[in-house]
Amino acid sequence: MNSEAHTPPLKATSIHRSEGWQGLRLDLWQSRASILILLGLLVFNALFTPHFLSVQTLNVNLTQVATIIIVAMGMTLVIATGGVDLSVGSLMAISGVLAPLIFLNAAFGKAPALGVALALVVPVLVAAAFGFLNGLFVTRLRLQPIVATLVLYIAGRGIAQVITGGQLVSFTRPDFAYIGLGRPFGVPFQVLIMLVVVAVTYWAVKRTVFGRYVLTVGGNETAARLSGVPVARVKLLVYSISGLLAGLAGLIVIAINSSSDANQVGQGMELDAIAAVAVGGTLLSGGRAQVLGTLFGALIIQLIRFTLLAKGVPDSAALVVKAAIIIVAVALQQRRRRE
Amino acid sequence: MQDIQKQFAGVVALDHATLTVLPGEVHALIGQNGAGKSTLIKVLTGAYRKDGGTVLFGGKSVDFASPLAAQVGGITTIYQEVNLVGLRTVAENIFMGREPKRFGLIQWGAMNAEAARLLAGLGLTLDVTRPLEEFSTAIQQMVALARAVSVQARLVIMDEPTSSLNEREVETLFGVIRTLKRGGVSVMFVSHRLDELYAVCDRITVMRDGKTVYSGEMSSISRLQLVEQMLGREIRSEGAQTGFARTGAAQDPGTGQPLLNASHIRAGARLTDASIEVGQGEVVGLAGLLGSGRSELARIVFGADRADHGEVTLGDQHAAFRTPIDAIRAGIGFCSEDRKAEGIVPELSVRENLTLALLPRLSKAGIVDTRRQAEVVDRFIARLGIKTSDPDQPIRELSGGNQQKVLLARWLAMNPRLLILDEPTRGIDVGAKAEIQQLIGELAQGGLGVLMISSELEELIEGCHRVTVLREGQTVAHLSGTQISEDQLLHAMAQGSAQDSLNHGEPRQAAL
Repeated sequence: MNSEAHTPPLKATSIHRSEGWQGLRLDLWQSRASILILLGLLVFNALFTPHFLSVQTLNVNLTQVATIIIVAMGMTLVIATGGVDLSVGSLMAISGVLAPLIFLNAAFGKAPALGVALALVVPVLVAAAFGFLNGLFVTRLRLQPIVATLVLYIAGRGIAQVITGGQLVSFTRPDFAYIGLGRPFGVPFQVLIMLVVVAVTYWAVKRTVFGRYVLTVGGNETAARLSGVPVARVKLLVYSISGLLAGLAGLIVIAINSSSDANQVGQGMELDAIAAVAVGGTLLSGGRAQVLGTLFGALIIQLIRFTLLAKGVPDSAALVVKAAIIIVAVALQQRRRRE
Repeated sequence: MQDIQKQFAGVVALDHATLTVLPGEVHALIGQNGAGKSTLIKVLTGAYRKDGGTVLFGGKSVDFASPLAAQVGGITTIYQEVNLVGLRTVAENIFMGREPKRFGLIQWGAMNAEAARLLAGLGLTLDVTRPLEEFSTAIQQMVALARAVSVQARLVIMDEPTSSLNEREVETLFGVIRTLKRGGVSVMFVSHRLDELYAVCDRITVMRDGKTVYSGEMSSISRLQLVEQMLGREIRSEGAQTGFARTGAAQDPGTGQPLLNASHIRAGARLTDASIEVGQGEVVGLAGLLGSGRSELARIVFGADRADHGEVTLGDQHAAFRTPIDAIRAGIGFCSEDRKAEGIVPELSVRENLTLALLPRLSKAGIVDTRRQAEVVDRFIARLGIKTSDPDQPIRELSGGNQQKVLLARWLAMNPRLLILDEPTRGIDVGAKAEIQQLIGELAQGGLGVLMISSELEELIEGCHRVTVLREGQTVAHLSGTQISEDQLLHAMAQGSAQDSLNHGEPRQAAL
C-alpha cells in the first residue's frame, strides 16, 4: 500500500493526474530506476571512455539502438496484452529481402522512384500481414503466444532465405538508403523515425481506446470480455503492429548496410526487444505498458554493449555481462513493485 | 480435527471448526462458499498450517507440512479437475513415482497387470495401456481413486467429484466409493447436490462462517434442516435488515412491462430446464443452492456462454446473444460473482475500471475524450459514494465494497435496461452492503429491470418483487408477494419439484 510507485511524491493537485505533462512526469518517475542506471552508465563512460562526449559517439549509439527501440515498441504492446512476439527478427529478415527484390526489379527500370516507394511500403505491409497471422494463431487456434510466434520465428527466416536463395544481395540506391544513412539537420534519419514511433506509441497507450483495451486485456482478460472489450480484435491488432514495426526496422537495417542478408538481418532482435521491455519495467505477465521505460531499457542495453566494446571486452564475454546486467535491472524493477 | 483455527490477514476463516470422520465411513462436508470447507481440507492435507487446534489421524496427533506428507501419511485428495497426466497410460498414472522396477528398468508387464487388478477391484475393466486422456472424466476420477487405493490411503477426500459427471457416471463412481468403504477406507465427500449426499454418505458435517454448525447421522437430518443449517436462519426481526427495506422497493411493483424472458434453457449438465422472467422496474431474485445453475443461467442471458436449447427474448426482440458485446449493445449489464477474477482489472485505476464498458461512447475516432470521462467518473463517485483517494488510484487498493460500487457504476454509466447482479453483496462490509442494496432498490424504482442472484435469504425476501428458484438446473418455483418467505424458499431449494425421487426428510410440499 505504501509503495512509492503508487503514492508518488509529485502528487498533482488536479484529478487529471495521468494526463498531459503531469502524466509524463509521473511516467518518468516510475522509470526512475532505469533513468538512474542510464545516467550511471553515461557518467562512467564520460569519465573513462575517451571521446565519449562527442556528437559522433552519440550518433553511433543512437543509430545502433534505433531499430531495437522501434521493434521494442511493438513488443511493449504485445507484452502488455500478456503475450510475446518471438517472430520479430525473422519478420525483419523477410522485409529486408523483399525491399531489394522490388527496387532492383527490372519492371521499375523506367520508374525508379515508384520502385523505391513500393519497396518502402510493401515489405512493411507484408510483415504486418505476418504479424496478423501470429494474431490469428493466438486468437483463433488459441496457441500460447510463445508457441504461436515461434512458428514464424523459425519459418520466417526460412522464407527469407528461400526468397534470396541464401545469397547476400548488395545494392547502391542512395534514395532508398536515406532511411538508414540520411542525416537531416545532422540527426540520423532512423533516429527521427524512432522518435516518431515512440511518441505515437506513448500517445496511443495514454489517450486512445485501443491503449486502454491493451492494458485491460493484459490485466484481466475475463473481465475485459465480460465488459464488452473486443479481446480478439485487440490481440490481432497488437501482433499486426509488432509485425509492421519489425518490417520497418528490417528496411532500416538493410539501408544502413546497403546489403541484405537473410541470415543476418534481425538476428537476435526478439531477445533484445524483450530485454528492453523487461528492463523498462513492463511486467511480462501483461497489464502494464511502460513505453518510456522500454525506451530507457533499450538505451541501457545499448550503452552496456558500447561500454564493453570500448573497454575491449571480447564479444563473447560481453554477452555474459550484458545478460547479468539485464538480470540485475529486472530484479530491481520487480523488487520495487513488490514493496 | 478439533478446534481448528485459521486466520488470513486478520480475517477469521476457521473459528474452532471440528470434524470427525470414522474409519470406513463416507462423510459429507457441506457449506456455502466461504463457509470454510476448503480451508479445513487444506489444513488437514497440509496445504495450509493451522493457527490452533489439533488434528488426530488414526489416533495419533499429526501436522502435515505439505500435501505430499499427507499423502504419505495416508490422506489422498482428489480434486474436481483430476490432477493426473493425460498423455501417460492409465497404469503409469496409477504407479507414477513408484513404478515397479528391476535393475532400474520399469517392469511394464507387472505394472500393467497390477493396475488392471486394482481397477478390477473397483469394478472396472479397461485397457490400462491406453493414455488416460482417452477416457471420460468419470473414469479418470476412478483411476485417481485406484491410485489412492494403491498407496494404501486410509482417507480419500473428494472435492465436488460429480460436478462434471452425468447420471450414469455418478452411479459408477458411487459404486466405487462403496467398494472403498467395504475395504475400510474412509471417504470425505464434498458436494452441493443433496440427492447425492443422501445416496452415498453415512454422516454429515455442516459448516457456516468458519464454524461447524451441525455434525451427525445423514439419516437423522432432513433436507430442509440441512439447508437451514447451511444458510442459517438469518431473519431476527421483521424487516429493516437490509438496505432494501429503506426504499420500500419490494412494495412498489414494476410497470409490469415484460423485459426479459428466458424459457426452457438447457446447457450441458448444469442447466436442464431453466426459465425466468424479469419486468421493467422489477427486482427478480434468482435463488438456489450452489451448483443449481444460477450463474450459468445469468451467463447465458448475457451471451457469455451459449445455451444448447431454449429461447431468450429482451423486450420484443429475440435475444440469443453470441457475445457479451451484443448483450451490452442491447442494454444488459452483468456484475459477475467473482469480482476479482471476472470484474476488476487490478492494475488499472478506478477511472479506467469505471469507464471500461463506456469507452466506445466516450471517444471520437478512437481517442478518449478525457474531459467527458472525468465528468462521468466524478458523477458516479459522488452518486455511489465510492471511497477512493483519487480516481487514478489502482482499483486493487480499494475495499471490496468500493470495488463492487465501481463495477456497478461501470454498468450504470451505460444506462442499461437490464442489470444482472450475481451475488452483488458477497464479501463486502455491512455498511457498503446496505448502500448497494438501497441503490438496487432505487434503480428499480427508476425503471431498471434487475435480475439478482443471491444466497442470502433476507436479501431475497426484502429486496425482490419475485423470486425464481433453481434446483439442479431446473426452475422449480416462481414465488411472488407474500409467498417469498424463508420457509417457501428453503423448501424449494432443498426439495424442489414434485418429481423428487428420494424419500428423505419431511413430507413434500407443493413448491409453487
